Amino acid sequence: MWQGFSIRPDQASTIAQGVDYLYYFLTAIDLSFTGIIFLAIFYFAIRYRRRSEQDRPEQIEGNVPLELAWTLIPLGLVVVVFLWGTSLFIRNSRPPAASTEIFAVGKQWMWKLQHPEGVQEINELHVPVNQPIKLTMTSEDVVHDFAVPAFRIKKDVVPGMYTTLWFQATKTGTFHLFCDQYCGTDHALMRGEVIVMEPTAYEQWLSGGIRGGTMAEAGAKLYDQLTCITCHGTGRGPSLAGIYNKPVKLNNGSTVIADDAYLRESVLYPSAKIVEGYRPIMPTFKGQVTEEQLLQLIAYIKSLTPPEGKATK
Amino acid sequence: MATAASDLDTHVNYLNANYGVKSWLLTTDHKRIAILYLVSITLFFLVGGIAAVLMRIHLIEPNGAIFEPGAYNKLFSMHGILMVFFFLIPSIPAVLGNFLVPMMVGARDLAFPKLNLLSWYVYMVGGVLTMYAVVGGGVDTGWTFYTPLSTTYVNTNVLSAAFGVFVAGFSSILTGLNFVVTIHKMRAPGMTWFRLPLFLWAMYATSLIQILGTPVIAITLALVAVERLFHVGIFDPAVGGDPILFQHLFWFYSHPAVYIMILPSMGVVSELIACFARKRIFGYSFVAFSSVAIAVISFLVWGHHMFVSGQSVYAGIIFSALSFMVAIPSAIKVFNWTATLYKGSISYDAPMLYALGFIGLFTMGGLTGLFLATLATDTHLHDTYFVVGHFHYIMVGGAMMGYLGGIHFWWPKITGRLYPDGWARLAAAIIFVGFNLTFFPQYMVGYLGMPRRYAIYPPEFQVLNVMSSAGASILAVGYAIPLVYLIWSMRYGPPAGPNPWGAKGLEWETPSPPPTENFEETPVVTEEAYAYGK
Repeated sequence: MWQGFSIRPDQASTIAQGVDYLYYFLTAIDLSFTGIIFLAIFYFAIRYRRRSEQDRPEQIEGNVPLELAWTLIPLGLVVVVFLWGTSLFIRNSRPPAASTEIFAVGKQWMWKLQHPEGVQEINELHVPVNQPIKLTMTSEDVVHDFAVPAFRIKKDVVPGMYTTLWFQATKTGTFHLFCDQYCGTDHALMRGEVIVMEPTAYEQWLSGGIRGGTMAEAGAKLYDQLTCITCHGTGRGPSLAGIYNKPVKLNNGSTVIADDAYLRESVLYPSAKIVEGYRPIMPTFKGQVTEEQLLQLIAYIKSLTPPEGKATK
Repeated sequence: MATAASDLDTHVNYLNANYGVKSWLLTTDHKRIAILYLVSITLFFLVGGIAAVLMRIHLIEPNGAIFEPGAYNKLFSMHGILMVFFFLIPSIPAVLGNFLVPMMVGARDLAFPKLNLLSWYVYMVGGVLTMYAVVGGGVDTGWTFYTPLSTTYVNTNVLSAAFGVFVAGFSSILTGLNFVVTIHKMRAPGMTWFRLPLFLWAMYATSLIQILGTPVIAITLALVAVERLFHVGIFDPAVGGDPILFQHLFWFYSHPAVYIMILPSMGVVSELIACFARKRIFGYSFVAFSSVAIAVISFLVWGHHMFVSGQSVYAGIIFSALSFMVAIPSAIKVFNWTATLYKGSISYDAPMLYALGFIGLFTMGGLTGLFLATLATDTHLHDTYFVVGHFHYIMVGGAMMGYLGGIHFWWPKITGRLYPDGWARLAAAIIFVGFNLTFFPQYMVGYLGMPRRYAIYPPEFQVLNVMSSAGASILAVGYAIPLVYLIWSMRYGPPAGPNPWGAKGLEWETPSPPPTENFEETPVVTEEAYAYGK
C-alpha cells in the first residue's frame, strides 16, 4: 500500500518548479490565515468563556479601521497572487518557436498520438528530453483532457476544435498521462504514459517505428485520393501552396490566418469562410475524413512551398 | 415524561392545531411546509450519503473494491445530483428559511402561502423524476451533464434526471420569490432593514441568486433535452453545435449555486455566534453587505471552471481576477465573526460547536479556493481531487455544518423539545474529526495528480484514499447520531420553553412550538438585532 507513496509529485518539466513555488507560497498564505483564525478563536473561546449566566458583556459596534485593514490586506495579497499566477500562466501557455509538433486525438477511451515523422502510438507518448514539444489536440467524440501531473500541464481536448499544449521534459522516465475530463464509462481507463528518452534513444525509437511515410506524405496521398487537386491548383479553387499560417482575404472583406483551425473548418464546412474571388462550390468532406486524416492533410498543406515567392491565394 | 408531554399540549400550536395526513399535505402554514421539506431533504440526503459511503468503500482498492466502472460512474452522478439539487440547495432556505423568515420579520406567514406549498410539490415531482432515473438504471453523466457526452454519447437516463433537476429548479425560484417579497413587504412595525437579523440578509441575497440564476440552468437542461431528442445542433459539434457553450451556460448558474448553498449557512452562523457569545455581530453592516456583494460577484466568476477548457487566455485572466474579488467579502465575514467573540460571554452549547466548526472548515475551504482561482496552479489542480476536497470543505464543511448548527439551534423552537446536549456535542466533535480525515487527504492526492471521477487509480495513491475512506466511516457515524437523538427528542425530550438559549429575535418571543399564526399580536420592534447588552 505504501509503495510509491510521496507527498509531492515528480517535477519533470521546465514549468513544474515555477508552479510549485507559487503552490508553496499559496500554502504559506493559507497556513498563516488559518493559523491566525484558529488561534484567535481558541484564545477568545478560553479567555471569554461564560462564567455566569448573568454575564452581560459590553457591546461593540464594530471598528472601521479594522474592517479596512482586513479588507485591504487580503486584497493586496490576492493581487500579488493574481499577478504572479497570471504571468506564469501566460508564459506556460506559449510554446517556444522551436517546438517539435506532435498531434493527439482523444477518443472514448484511448489516446492516439502521431509524430510528424509518421510514427503513430496509442496511450503512449515517446518524447526526447530537454526538447520543447507542442501538442495539437482534438477529440473524435466527447470532451477529454490531456493531463501530465509530473509536467504540471493540462488542457481539455475538445471535439470540433484544436487546443494546444506544450512542455519540455527535464528528466528521462515514465510519467502518468491521465484523461482529466470525465468522458463516460471507461474514463478511469483512459490513461497512458509519457516516456521521456535521451535524444539518441528517441531517434532510434522513432526510426524503428516508421511504417508508412511522414504525416505530410500520408496527407499528400489523401489529397490525391480525395481529388483536391482538381480544383486547388487548377484555379477553380484557391491555391494552397504557402498559405499555412499566412493571412487570407475573405469575400466578406475580412482576413483570417490560415492556421490549423481555419484549414480544418474549410475541409469540413467549406462555405463557412470563402476566400475572396472564389465561389462557394466546394463540397464538405465531413464524414469522409477522420480527425487524424485531417491532421495529415494539414501537415501536407503546411509542407507545400509557395510558387515563385508569391504567397497569396 | 408524561407531564412533559402534557405541558406542551396545553397550548395550541402549529403541530397540534389539527391532525391527519391531509392537514399536512394541504397545509399552507410555512412552518408545516418547512417540516415537509425537512423530511424530504433528509431522505434525499440519506440516499446521496449511501452513495458516498459506497464510493469510499470502493476506492479503498486501487482497482476498485466493488463496482464496475460504469456502476461507479452512476454512483458519483447520483451522489452529486441528489446532494446538490435536492439537498444542499433547498436545505437551509426551504427548511430553516421557510420556518424562520416570517417569524423573524414578525409576520404570520410568507407573502404567498399557497405558492409556498406549490413549491414543495414541484420539488417533490422533480425528486421523484430524478429518483426514477436512478432506480430505472441510473444516469452516468456526473451532476455536470457535460455535452456532447450527455446529449449524444451516453445511453443512460439523462432525460428524466435532467427533467427532474429542471422541475426542481422552479421550486427554488418560487421559494426565492416568496422570501424577497416577504422581506420587502411584511416586516413588522419598527423592523427596519438594519434591524433585520443577518440570517435574513443572507436569505435575501440567496433568493436573488435563486430567482436570477435558476432560469439559466432550466434553459440549459432544456437545450440538452432538445439536442438529445431531436438532434438539433446546439452543443455537439458533430451536428454543428459548440460544447464549450454548454459549459458557459452551466457554470453561469452552477457557480452562483455554490453561494445558494453557502450564504444561508453564513446567515445561520451569524445568529449562532451572536447568541452564544452574547454579543451583537461585530461590523453588522459589513457582514450584511458582504452577503449582497457575494451574490452580485458570484455571477461574474463562472469562467474559473473553464481555465483549461480551451476558452481564451484573456477570458481566463479576467475570470481569475474576478474570482479573487469574491474571496474578499468571504474573508470579511470570517474576520467579523472572530472579532465578535472578543470580550464576549461564550458558551459551548452544541449549536455553537457547529458554528465554530463552520468557521474553521469554511476558512480552509475558502483559502484553498485561491489555488483554483490562480491560473498557473489551477492548470495543475483542475479536475483533480484537490477540487473535490475544496468544494467539499465549502459544501459539507461549510454548508452542512451551518445547516446542522441551525437545526440544533432552532430545534427546540420547531419541536418544542430539547435534545440531549452531551450527545449533540459529541456528534459535532465526531463530524469535525471525520470530515477533516475524509477530505484533507483529498487535497494531497489531488496535488499528486489523481483525477476526480476515477473508478480505478494508480497504486501510489492508495494510502491517501484509504485515509479518506476511514474518515468517511467516522463522518457517517457522526451524521447518524443526530438523526437518532433528534428523532428521540421529538417524543421524549424535555420541554424547551420559549427561549432556551436566551437568544434575541422575534422567533424567541413566541411559545415553542409557535402557534399557527406565530404571534398573538403583531410584534413591534424597538431595538436592533442582537441587543444582547440588555
